[in-house]
Amino acid sequence: MTTLERARGIPTSLVGQSEQTVALLHDVAITYHLADGSFYEAVAPTTLAIAEGEFVALVGPTGCGKSTLLNVVAGLVAPSSGTCLIHGDRLSGINGQAGYLFQAEALMPWKTALANVAVGLEVQGLPRDEATERARSWLGKVGLGAFLQRYPHQLSGGQRKRVGLAQVLARDPRMLLMDEPFGPLDAQTRAIMGDLLLGLWQADRKAVLFVTHDLEEAIALADRVVIMSAGPNASIIGDFPIDLARPRDAHEVRLQPAFVETHRAIWQVLKEEVLKGYAQANEAKA
Amino acid sequence: MKRNGERRLGLGLTAWRLGVLALVLGGWHVLTATGVLQPFFFSKPLDVALRVVRDVQLPRFWSDLGITLTETALAFVIGSVLGILCGFALARHPFASAVCDPYLKAFNAMPRVVLAPIFALWLGLGIWSKVALGVTLVFFIVFFNVYQGVREVSPTILANARMLGMKERELFRHVYLPSALSWMFSSLHTSVGFALVGAVVGEYLGSAAGLGYRIHQAESVFDVTGVFAGMVVLAIVVLIIDALVGWVEERLLVWRPQAATTA
Ligand SMILES: Nc1ncnc2c1ncn2[C@@H]1O[C@H](COP(=O)(O)OP(=O)(O)OP(=O)(O)O)[C@@H](O)[C@H]1O
Ligand SMILES: [Mg+2]
Repeated sequence: MTTLERARGIPTSLVGQSEQTVALLHDVAITYHLADGSFYEAVAPTTLAIAEGEFVALVGPTGCGKSTLLNVVAGLVAPSSGTCLIHGDRLSGINGQAGYLFQAEALMPWKTALANVAVGLEVQGLPRDEATERARSWLGKVGLGAFLQRYPHQLSGGQRKRVGLAQVLARDPRMLLMDEPFGPLDAQTRAIMGDLLLGLWQADRKAVLFVTHDLEEAIALADRVVIMSAGPNASIIGDFPIDLARPRDAHEVRLQPAFVETHRAIWQVLKEEVLKGYAQANEAKA
Repeated sequence: MKRNGERRLGLGLTAWRLGVLALVLGGWHVLTATGVLQPFFFSKPLDVALRVVRDVQLPRFWSDLGITLTETALAFVIGSVLGILCGFALARHPFASAVCDPYLKAFNAMPRVVLAPIFALWLGLGIWSKVALGVTLVFFIVFFNVYQGVREVSPTILANARMLGMKERELFRHVYLPSALSWMFSSLHTSVGFALVGAVVGEYLGSAAGLGYRIHQAESVFDVTGVFAGMVVLAIVVLIIDALVGWVEERLLVWRPQAATTA
C-alpha cells in the first residue's frame, strides 16, 4: 500500500488486511453513461473484501449490478469512484490474476473445445504440445474427455459451461470470478456442476467470487453469502458467514438443519429486496 | 438443412431439374422449328449444342477459357487481399472509417461498366484491365464483410479472450481474423461470381481474347448461335466454380452451426 493510496482515503484499518485480502473493493460506485446523455447509478459506494482461499457468493435481484461488480474486479469496467485493490495493488486495466467465467457465451465458436482451452495456455507461453496435453487433461477433469474435438455449437449448454470452467481453471489463476456459471441449467445439473466445482476447488482453495441469483446454491457452495439490494444505487445489505462443514456435497448439504436455518435467516433479508424490486419495476411500467 | 433436404428429395429433385431443362429446350426447339420464332434471331437448341461441341475441339477455345479463368482468379485474389487489409484497417480505426465512409459508398454505387474504358486506357487491352474491373467488384464485397466481421465480434468473446491474457496480436489471430474470415467465406459465392463477371464484361467491352471476347465476336457478325454457345459455356463454368466454392466453404466453416445433421 503506497502513501498515495492512503492519501486517497483508504482507511488504515484496511491496510493491514491487504496481505490476506485477495481483492478489495473500497467505496466502489459505478455510474453508467447512457446513450441519451443521462446517467444511471447502478451501484452505490460499496466495500467488499475477499480473503485468500475464501469462497464468496454474491446474491441479489436481477439487474442490481452483480455482473458489474465482477467486471470491476476483472478490470473490464473502471469504477466511477472508489478503488479496487488486488493483493494490495491498485487495479488498472485487465486483472491478470483472475480467471473469469462469464454469464453469456464466451467460447470462441471457431475453435474446438480442446483448442478453446489450449489457447489460454499457449498465451501464457506454454509450448503447443504441452498446452494441448494440459487442456486434454482438464477437459477430462470436467467430464468432457469424449468431446475434445467438438465445436461449441455441437455441445449442450451445460457442456459449454464445463469447457469454460476448464478454460479458466487450466490457467491456474489466483482468484476465480464466476457469473451465474450454472445459470441456464436445470436443478439436477446445477447440483452436479456445483459438486464438480467444489471438488476442483477443494484441491487448492483459490479465492472465489461467485455470482448467483439462487440463494440455495449460494449457501450450499460458499463460505460467505453477500446480499445486494435492488438497483439503482444498489449496495450490500447483508453479509452472512456460512458455518457448514467442508468438504460438502452440494446436494446433500441442503437437507441439513443448519442449512435450513441459515437459509431462513438470509431469505428474510432477501425477500424484502425482491419485493422492493418488483414494486420499482411496476412503478416504472405505470 | 439444405443438404439434408436435397439428399432426401434426391431423385425427385434431379428429375424436376432435368424436367425444367427439357421443357425450356423443347419449347425453344418447337417454337423455332415451326417458325413461330425466327431461327436467325433465336437460333435452335440443337445448333447451339453442335456449336459448343465444335468449339471445345478448338485449341483457341481452351486458350480463351484459360485467359478468362486467369483473370477471374487474379481479380479474386487481389480484390480479396485488398478487401481484407482495408476491412481490418478501417474496422479497427473508427475515425478513419468515418472519414472514408462517403467515398466508399459513392465508389461502390458506381456502375463498373463505366470504368471499363478507363481501365483499358490505363492498363491496355491485355488481361490487367479486366483484372482491375473484377477487383473493383470483389474488393467491396470482401471489404464490407471483413469490416462487419471485425465489428460484430461478440463483446463477451472479446472480454473472455482478454481475460485469457490475449494482447492485440493474439486477439487478431484468435478472435478478429477468424470472425472476419468466416464472414468473408460466407460471401465466397458472390465474390467469386463477381470476379468472373468483371473478367467477362471487361473482355466483352474491349479485348482480343477470352470468353467475353468470343461472345462479342459472334454478336458483331449477328451469329446468334455463337452468342448462345458462349452463354452456355459461361453457364457451365459458373456452375462448376460454384460447386467448387461450395465444397471449399463446407470445409472452412465446419464450426458454423447448421441445422443439425443427424444420421
Ligand atoms: N453497459 C451498460 N450501459 C448502461 N447500463 C448498464 C450497462 N451494463 C449494465 N447496465 C445496467 O446496470 C444494472 C446492473 O447490471 P448488471 O448486469 O450488473 O446486473 P446483474 O446484477 O448482473 O443482473 P442479472 O442477475 O440479471 O445478470 C442494470 O440495471 C443494467 O441495466
Ligand atoms: Mg449478471
